[in-house]
Amino acid sequence: MEHIWVHISDRSLSLDEAYDFVLDESCGGNCLFIGTARNQNQGETVTHLDFETYEKMALSEMRGIAEECIQRFGVRKVAILHRSGEVRQKEKAVIIAVSGVHRAECFDACRHAIDRLKERVPIWKKEFLLDGSHWVSERP
Amino acid sequence: MRILCFGIAKDITGEKELDLELETPMRVDNLRVALAERYRDLDRLGYMLAVNEKYAQDDELVRSEDEVAIIPPVSGG
Repeated sequence: MEHIWVHISDRSLSLDEAYDFVLDESCGGNCLFIGTARNQNQGETVTHLDFETYEKMALSEMRGIAEECIQRFGVRKVAILHRSGEVRQKEKAVIIAVSGVHRAECFDACRHAIDRLKERVPIWKKEFLLDGSHWVSERP
Repeated sequence: MRILCFGIAKDITGEKELDLELETPMRVDNLRVALAERYRDLDRLGYMLAVNEKYAQDDELVRSEDEVAIIPPVSGG
């Protein structure tokens, strides 16, 4: 049985699909993280985002992170979903779903997955402001 | 050598894909030097290189048939 689902799409991400994937009869804990687009950054109005992905490598890095979560924290199933293309306010940009026997390892794995994703998955966010656009860099 | 550019690297080079005349096999650190000679802003930015969809170390060798990509600081999530 597959315990990992990684997915990149230019269409709306489904929380139900991510949750249904990780649900498992042996698990009592399920942790979901959802990252959404917000309307401001550093005091400036953001109208929308646009995500560019190096899709093949991004999927392989996402799978590596999910495997790391299972090995390191002993969680059962992991789903990592990310958007590409244009993302408007309140739309989901990323979903991490984790199931495990107990809650503690689920919280830890979920946190680890989003932190690692932000560090190493080749996806780039372009922010559109009222007066222009720019690539967002974690290391400006 | 074909080199894919993403995010801000695409703006700096002006191309989605570079086709550079470089001698192969070439070490990754030498490729960085060759890129710096052509695109000064790349080094200022700081970036990683990926070879065949994996982050590459400086002492790795790049062959002509490899898929190489410039990975500027990522900002997913």
